[in-house]
Amino acid sequence: MIPRDQESTRSGGGWLHWLSTLTDMMAYPLKTSHYVELVNPLWTTHKMQARVEAVWDETSHARTITLRPGANWRGHRPGQHVRIGVAVDGKHYTRTYTVSSAPERGDGCFTITVKAIDGGRLSHYLVRKLKVGDYVPVGLPQGDFYLPDASPTQPLFITAGSGITPAMSMLRSMLAQQRMANSVHIHYAPSPQETIFGQELREIDAAQKHYTLHEIHTAALAADDPARHFSLENLARLCPDWQSRDCYACGPADLLRAVEATWEEAGLAHRLHIERFRADLAEVPDDAVGGRVRFANSDLEVEADSATNLLRVAEDAGLNPPHGCRMGICHTCNTTLKSGCVRDLRTGEVLNEAGAIVQTCVCAAAGDCELDL
Amino acid sequence: MSQTATAKARLPVDLTDEEIEAFGRDMDAIYYETLESRGERDRLYILRLIRTQRTLAFSGRMLMYASLFLLPAWDHALASWGAMIIVMALGVVMLGVAKILENMEIAHNVLHAQWDWMKDPDIQSNTWEWDNMSPSDRWMHSHNVVHHTWTNVVGKDLDVGYGIMRVTPMQEWHPKYLLQPVWFVLLALLFEEGVALHEQAIVDVVEGRKDRKELKPLLKRIGAKVWGQVRKDYLLWPAVGAVVAMPISLFVDFSPITIFFMIAGGNAVANIIRNLWAFMIIFCGHFPEGVYSFTEEQVDGESRGHWYIRQLLGSANIQGGPLFHVLSGNLSHQIEHHLFPDMCSNRYPEVAPRVRALAARYGLPYNTGSLWRQFGTTWRNNLRLALPGGKLPPAVATA
Ligand code: FES
Repeated sequence: MIPRDQESTRSGGGWLHWLSTLTDMMAYPLKTSHYVELVNPLWTTHKMQARVEAVWDETSHARTITLRPGANWRGHRPGQHVRIGVAVDGKHYTRTYTVSSAPERGDGCFTITVKAIDGGRLSHYLVRKLKVGDYVPVGLPQGDFYLPDASPTQPLFITAGSGITPAMSMLRSMLAQQRMANSVHIHYAPSPQETIFGQELREIDAAQKHYTLHEIHTAALAADDPARHFSLENLARLCPDWQSRDCYACGPADLLRAVEATWEEAGLAHRLHIERFRADLAEVPDDAVGGRVRFANSDLEVEADSATNLLRVAEDAGLNPPHGCRMGICHTCNTTLKSGCVRDLRTGEVLNEAGAIVQTCVCAAAGDCELDL
Repeated sequence: MSQTATAKARLPVDLTDEEIEAFGRDMDAIYYETLESRGERDRLYILRLIRTQRTLAFSGRMLMYASLFLLPAWDHALASWGAMIIVMALGVVMLGVAKILENMEIAHNVLHAQWDWMKDPDIQSNTWEWDNMSPSDRWMHSHNVVHHTWTNVVGKDLDVGYGIMRVTPMQEWHPKYLLQPVWFVLLALLFEEGVALHEQAIVDVVEGRKDRKELKPLLKRIGAKVWGQVRKDYLLWPAVGAVVAMPISLFVDFSPITIFFMIAGGNAVANIIRNLWAFMIIFCGHFPEGVYSFTEEQVDGESRGHWYIRQLLGSANIQGGPLFHVLSGNLSHQIEHHLFPDMCSNRYPEVAPRVRALAARYGLPYNTGSLWRQFGTTWRNNLRLALPGGKLPPAVATA
């Protein structure tokens, strides 16, 4: 990993490295970092955490959270996302959020902007419950949805709702560098009040002659008004030179599908860059049926029914996964769910979150699934 | 089901098949209800406990160093052997308690996957390494799989007498057991080392069933863990103390080598405190008066209900206050722990009254008593069973 390398070159072979090896031995089987964490969670090296520095309500459902990441953080490129971990009801969840601030921000912090979605346990927690002073685990910035450094592109942003966040980070970054590219921005939101960053976008629009903003407030339009949805006609009307621009689109799946179809039809797919909201949960099948079980490490795929435990399925397929009691007590058979859906035969509980721990001796397939075996 | 019928005949209880299955369902209900209610307060419990334990361990070690500045050679107002020994002892006890907390209430339970449900990447059964000479994954196998699945089954559960003691009359007497009171004391003092070598594979080699060579990789793994522990407690911490003391020895007349041995000795005492405590609590779990052992035929083809009853009859609790329960890693709730090995331990005190009431409803015994009663009868059994014969618990277990 990059930060690890950076650190070791910084202290490379020097006395600091030597010292930390020694203190690690004294902290065995833990690391020095586990004790450092007691003093300041931001100084740890065995995991990365961030402190909540401020919260700011953008709209009635969306909040911007300012985070100060700990040691080993590296700057992001505008448009990239980070993984954030939060414990809700004692359970740890991870979700991906786009960084909404510009990397040029000088105080070592970054922001994410989260909209509380209906039924979204985690987004509700982030928007309503997280408070200043809390610590959350964070990952390093990732993703390839960002503006190229060198070439003078002319971007067209198509965003909707909280899909504004990567575009916002890009705009803020261009402003901070005082090199605002010639850009057009089409943004869908329910109303002016419910537009995340609405005020700021309008101010940029007024101040920057190279930036043109088209806001479409869907709540004000009739249900059958063609202007409500993305279409080729609307696009050609709002941005006549769209074919010569690089498009950056982020928003709900419907919008992205329409955008994708348009660009493909025009044979311009290579000029389209899309950031999807990542689906962390697999669809739960209505009535638990079996499905195809994939054993990722063994590169094996077999059919399984909804009653045979996955340990058996693996063994029947010729694998020899670790196990002990075969009755759900010892947890020797634990493995991780890479994708898909399994059901606990004892409780009927369905596990569909990628990364969940599966006790294979008491779980069966519920639809297709992929295991780390 | 004829299979259950025969299994029932073998368990020392006066219950019908239906009653045994109903007992199993009632136990399941307690189990799932508690699992369902896990939440933020449980998470805060384990996080705070881990913080406390680490702070305690570090402060204990620092206090041991601090005591070096009270050596009489310093000649300042506070310097005296008395003051030095008090501070050193305090540090040693804090370190000992920290090790007890880590091994028993934290690691033992984490390794039982009791906290896996939180999905906290730092508190997972498959990655936790504990402050003990036994490598976590090896211990998980001999403990979670062998001991918890085959609880008190003579010839299967390695914990029945640990291969060197006769803890139930069901084990045939042999002259070697005459020495078992000695093993009892030695094992108490060296419990940590004993646990590290507590492996079926090692027993097999000693008894000539397996070739010595097959043991090599296993011994290597154990060796690496032991070395890590020895390096920490008996080399580095003492050495750093001695290095710090070196410039001091220019001013006051005290050899750094003595300092080295003082710190190493302090750490040894802390480890022994943990050994004695863990030994006492753990032996009270399965060996006091009134605990049942089983034969392999008795457990063949057992149902969930039978399994629950075997765990109940094969375990014993110790009474005490909340602090006592935490320090015993909640193994003072050995019965609940054996019924629900992967339920987070802070919940055992609240399910215990329900389990006890359920046992009473089915007329089953619930073995509990003070530490002195449980440890006293464990000692007495140990002495008695060193000789041939011995008394089995009643043929039909009743409350
Ligand atoms: S094999 Fe023991 S829990 Fe699955």
